[in-house]
Order: sequence, then structure tokens, then C-alpha cells
Amino acid sequence: MDNYRAHVLVCGGTGCSSSGSATLIERFHEKIAENHLEKEVKVVRTGCFGLCEAGPVVIIYPDGTFYSRVKPDDVEEIVTEHLLKGRKVEHLVYVDHATREQNAEKKLEDITFYKHQHRIALRNCGVIDPENIDEYLAMDGYKALEKALTQMTREEVIDEILKSGLRGRGGGGFPTGLKWKFTYQSQADQKYVACNADEGDPGAFMDRSILEGDPHAIIEAMAIAGYAIGASQGYIYVRAEYPIAVKRLSIAIEQARDYGLLGKNIFETGFDFDLNIRLGAGAFVCGEETALMHSIEGKRGEPTARPPFPAVKGLFDKPTMLNNVETYANVAQIILHGAEWFAAMGTEKSKGTKVFALGGKINNTGLVEIPMGTPLRTIIYDIGGGCPNGKKFKAVQTGGPSGGCLPESLLDTPVDYDNLIAAGSMMGSGGMIVMDEDNCMVDIARFYLDFIVDESCGKCAPCRIGTKRMKEILDRIVEGKGEEGDIEKLERLAETIKATALCGLGNTAPNPVLSTLRFFRDEYEAHIKEKRCPAHHCKSLLQYKIDPAKCRGCTACARVCPADAITGTVKNPHVIDPSKCLKCGSCMEKCRFGAISRE
Amino acid sequence: MKSLAELEAIRKATINRINLRTEDDSTTTRVVVGMATCGIAAGARPVMLAFMDEIAKRQLSNVTVSQTGCIGMCRLEPMVDVIVPGQDKVTYVHVKPEMVERIVDDHIIHGHPVHEFTIGANE
Repeated sequence: MDNYRAHVLVCGGTGCSSSGSATLIERFHEKIAENHLEKEVKVVRTGCFGLCEAGPVVIIYPDGTFYSRVKPDDVEEIVTEHLLKGRKVEHLVYVDHATREQNAEKKLEDITFYKHQHRIALRNCGVIDPENIDEYLAMDGYKALEKALTQMTREEVIDEILKSGLRGRGGGGFPTGLKWKFTYQSQADQKYVACNADEGDPGAFMDRSILEGDPHAIIEAMAIAGYAIGASQGYIYVRAEYPIAVKRLSIAIEQARDYGLLGKNIFETGFDFDLNIRLGAGAFVCGEETALMHSIEGKRGEPTARPPFPAVKGLFDKPTMLNNVETYANVAQIILHGAEWFAAMGTEKSKGTKVFALGGKINNTGLVEIPMGTPLRTIIYDIGGGCPNGKKFKAVQTGGPSGGCLPESLLDTPVDYDNLIAAGSMMGSGGMIVMDEDNCMVDIARFYLDFIVDESCGKCAPCRIGTKRMKEILDRIVEGKGEEGDIEKLERLAETIKATALCGLGNTAPNPVLSTLRFFRDEYEAHIKEKRCPAHHCKSLLQYKIDPAKCRGCTACARVCPADAITGTVKNPHVIDPSKCLKCGSCMEKCRFGAISRE
Repeated sequence: MKSLAELEAIRKATINRINLRTEDDSTTTRVVVGMATCGIAAGARPVMLAFMDEIAKRQLSNVTVSQTGCIGMCRLEPMVDVIVPGQDKVTYVHVKPEMVERIVDDHIIHGHPVHEFTIGANE
């Protein structure tokens, strides 16, 4: 019997996998067999649902009951109560962050986290089994490829993408249709399409989730692209740190070959196309297009100057069209529903939707897809649920190491490529890291610069040496050794690096410093002039003190101090020895009288 | 290698299997079987399996089978609610597997409830 009365969907994305969803699946199979339900209930491992904060996530259809943070020991209760007797396990049902409601009757799309979203790139993530091509086919999969190959000319396909207004989702925002057109126009005996799945921005994981949750969408889009530009071979460059994505992608490619959706003479139209995976070793610079292509060729992953652009001379010196994973994830939908449908969403110059990976000091860590033009405030407060523990929002970092930090005053900015650049940041690949009042902006800038210094390939001097010098200055500032003139020195270095570095990585490397200087200059000045960290974050600038008037001499602080820096006798005020103090803050947490303060 | 027609056939067959994840309530007929202790003791499980078999056999794509708890009339179990969109809920009582074929055929497919099996005819 092929029809099941209930489907148990368990998230198999990286987030939920690391919180133990594989054990859950095993346990479900076990308990379902124990209760003789294996012919009635099907367990499906899906891709990411997006609400990683609530993981591991289990959804049971047809009711659509949304269980969150399910533990292996909860499985038995779900099987015997919900699946056998039809009684929902109320205490495991997800609690809506906005309404504080725990409503088992609520459908997924009514939950506040999903209500504002519009899923195109993520449409199948968390709905289908990514390792089963039939389920992708059932969601109109490979229909766009069929339409392109049997009903459209190559020019019509390119025109459709051009008219849709789709722009590169990897960060730059270059019009995708133009890229396709340029590569189409290049004359050569061999052309290539390539997919950039070398997602390296700290905090970004949308490409990984798409590959894990809907790998066939990328394969279909690359085949369409191959048809349009005249390429018979494609490469997916994915980092080896994404083992689940690589595995599902490999399975998907095998299945597509089996069904004749990759290979020779697809749909008997005479079009040949095949795909191969190339694993990246995890260097950030390999996300840069020229470096990525050198890496595919088996050379050292270093960028080269453009022009020539890849559309003219790319992989193996042949014209190559390189797009990002999320860009490809939109392609089949555009071919299927038409350019007008896609262009109806978003803002004037940025069409469609964008996926963001929400992280940092935010309640609902996870993946969200929203129409372009949605204000930052909606993403952070309505979908993200704001900062945890009632802390005050300070800034949101977008665009990864190439982007910048935007303050509270810019939260009403509608998100699109141009608005974010105008605000001093950028779209980037879509990482969105939220910071609250406890984050020191100088230290944040230092963190990103540290990342760049680590990841700089070293080929050009501005990036190799310049970023290192900038980091040294920031190191001094957070240690309380900042000097008058440091800010100006930082700005001069930043401008020089921006103007002279070889590739995009270097050109944008100073952005985190420039944007924090623009909006949080007072924090830099407080560090340098007053030797004070306004967020109480930088340890070298902190001092813990005990107010003798408030101290009752309970000795709690002295007992908890790991460095024995607190001395005093019972019922007498205690004293902290600053030379021994590690600034761990344990004493402050322990004090019941509020006698300890830091500044 | 699959032909276009074969792909379409796979699509159709698979959507029947997975549409309970995507379907909206406005077009779906729901068969709800009382599966509390009283229902199970009275033989609700074979009834539910009979419904699933019948629905699979007839390849009905917009029908879901689910269970519910005890609604208090344990003496009438096994009880089954059939909710066709746009129509009133019909409650069948003392349902046996051999009654299922008629309920599916007359009520779910053709829209005519089997009155002699309903709670109204038995109370």
C-alpha cells in the first residue's frame, strides 16, 4: 500500500541534524514498528524548515502539527498518543514567540515566524524528501526544463530571465540575465556553467540549506542555463565542510542521470548536459569567481584581475557562466511562472525575494525568505522576535565581512541591493547578524577584520599587508592602548585598500571598519580617549569594584572568584585586587546585594 | 531514461502520496476515526485500515484519514466522521470494515451519505 494516512516530517538540515534529528528518525521508525503503524505512517527526512532555533523540528501531516525541540524520549509519546490515538501532544507543540500561544491547531503558515515570509527559493525545503526525485517531480520539478527545451528557443529563455529582473544572490547583485546573455554571445567550441556553492560568510547558511533541502532545483536550473548559453558541462563548486549538502547533491545527480534528465539527448531534443561536483577546501577567497574557477581547474585558489570576465574567458579558458546557489533556485520558477510573475514581487530595481540567515542576538535564529523591500524592522522584530532577554538592539550586520553594521535609526530601510549600499552596508549573500547592547562595535569590526586577515590569499599587497596593519590598530584600541590619530589612520588605510586591492574580497575588506566608524564613531572615541568600553565588553578596559556601603561581607564573591582576587573577612566589606582580577564577571552574578559594579 | 509521459505519470502518482503535506482544507474530504481506548477496543483500527485501503484502491487524491479521541459516546464506537467540504459533518456509528466500501463509494465519491449507518438512524 502506497498511501499513508500520516507523514512525519523530521528536519534533516544541518542545524537540526546537529541537535540530534538523526536519532529522532531512528526512534520514530522503531516506535512506529512497535505499534504496527509502518503501513500507515511514513517518516520523511526533509531539508531545513528555517526555524532552526526551535530544532529539532517535527511536523505531522495531515494535521500540520508543529512540534519543536523534540527529544528522543518524546518520540514514544508522539507515536502512541498522536499517531495511534490521534491526540496531539500539547506540551511539545511550538510556542509562538509573538503571541506566546501554544496552539496545536495552528497551521505552519499562521505561525508568526512564517506569516511574513514568501518562499520561492526555499519552496520545497521542509516539504519534500530531498533524496527522492519523485517528490521533486511531484512539485512540478523538471517541468521548467521540459518547457525550456521543448517550447522555448535559447534566446527566449535568456530573455525571460532578463525580463524577470533577477539579480545575483551571491552578493554583487549583477543582473543574472545579462550574465547569461554575455556568455551566450561568446563564441567558443566549449562553454561551461558553474554554480558557486562556496558559502563562506560567517553566519550565512542559505545556500547550504537549499542544497540540502532541494538539490534538484539547482540541477534543473543549471541544465536550463546550459541550454540557454550553449554549454554541455556544468560544475558545482561546494565546500567540503557541507557533507550533508554534498551527499544529497550526489544522490540527486545520480537520480537525474537515471531518469535521463542529465546526460545525452535530454527529452530527445538533442541537448546534452552533465554535471560534476568539485569540492572546495574551505578558503573564503574561493568564493570569488576567478579564484573559484582556478580551484576547479586544480590550480591554487587565487583571484586574477578582470577583465577578461568569465563570460569571455573562464574555466579552462572557455566562456563560463557562474551563478550562486540561491540565484539558480529561482530560475525554474521564473521559467514556469513567467518573468512578470517574478517581477511583480520586490522593489523597483530588486525583484523577487531574498533569503536571509538570521543569527546573533535574536530569538528566532534561522532561515527566512522575504520579498525584497521588506523593512529590516519586520525581519528582526516580527519574524526574528527581537533580541533575547529583553536586551536593547544595537546594530545588525549584513553582507558578511564585505558588508557593514546598521544602527537602530536605519531599521526602517526597505531591504534591497541599492538601499543597503546607500545605507553603508550591502546585501551580500544574506547573513544577518543581530547585535545587542552588550556587543562592542570596535570588537565586532576587529572580529571581521581578523577573519579577513586569516582568509586573505596573500596575492596582493593591499589586502595582505593593509588589513593586517588595520587589525593591529584595532587590537591596540580594544586593549586600551589606542592613540590620538588612530581613527584617521584606519580611514586612510581603508580607502587605500578599497581602491587598490586585486579582487572583491580585498576591495570590501575594510567595510566593517568603515561602517562601524560611520555609525558608532563615539564607541571608538570612548575606547581611545576615555579608555572605556561603553558596552562593557572589552576586558582590558573593564574594572570591577565593590561598593563598601552595599557589601554585607557574605563572602559569596570571594568563594566564586577563580583567581582569588577578592579578599575580606565575614561581615566586613570585601575588596577586589585589580592586578589579579580576570574580569570574568562571576562575582557580579553571585552578589545578592548589587554591591559589585563594572565600568 | 524516462520519456516526458513517464515523468508526468510519476508526478501524478507522487502527488497523491505527498499532497497531504500541501493540501488546503477547502478541497479536502476528511475521514476522522475515533481512536481512543474505547474506539480501539470496539475495533476502530481495522475500520481505519479499511478506509485507507479503499481510498488507495480508488486512487482518491483529496481525502485524508486521521484519528480523534473519545467524544463520549463510547457505546456507539467505532465512530467515523466524514467531512466533505461545503457539506455538514456526517457521523457514522458502529462502523465495521465491510461498511467502508459503501461509505466511500456513496458518500465520499458521489456525495450521498449512507443514512442507515449514521448516528441519526441508530439513536
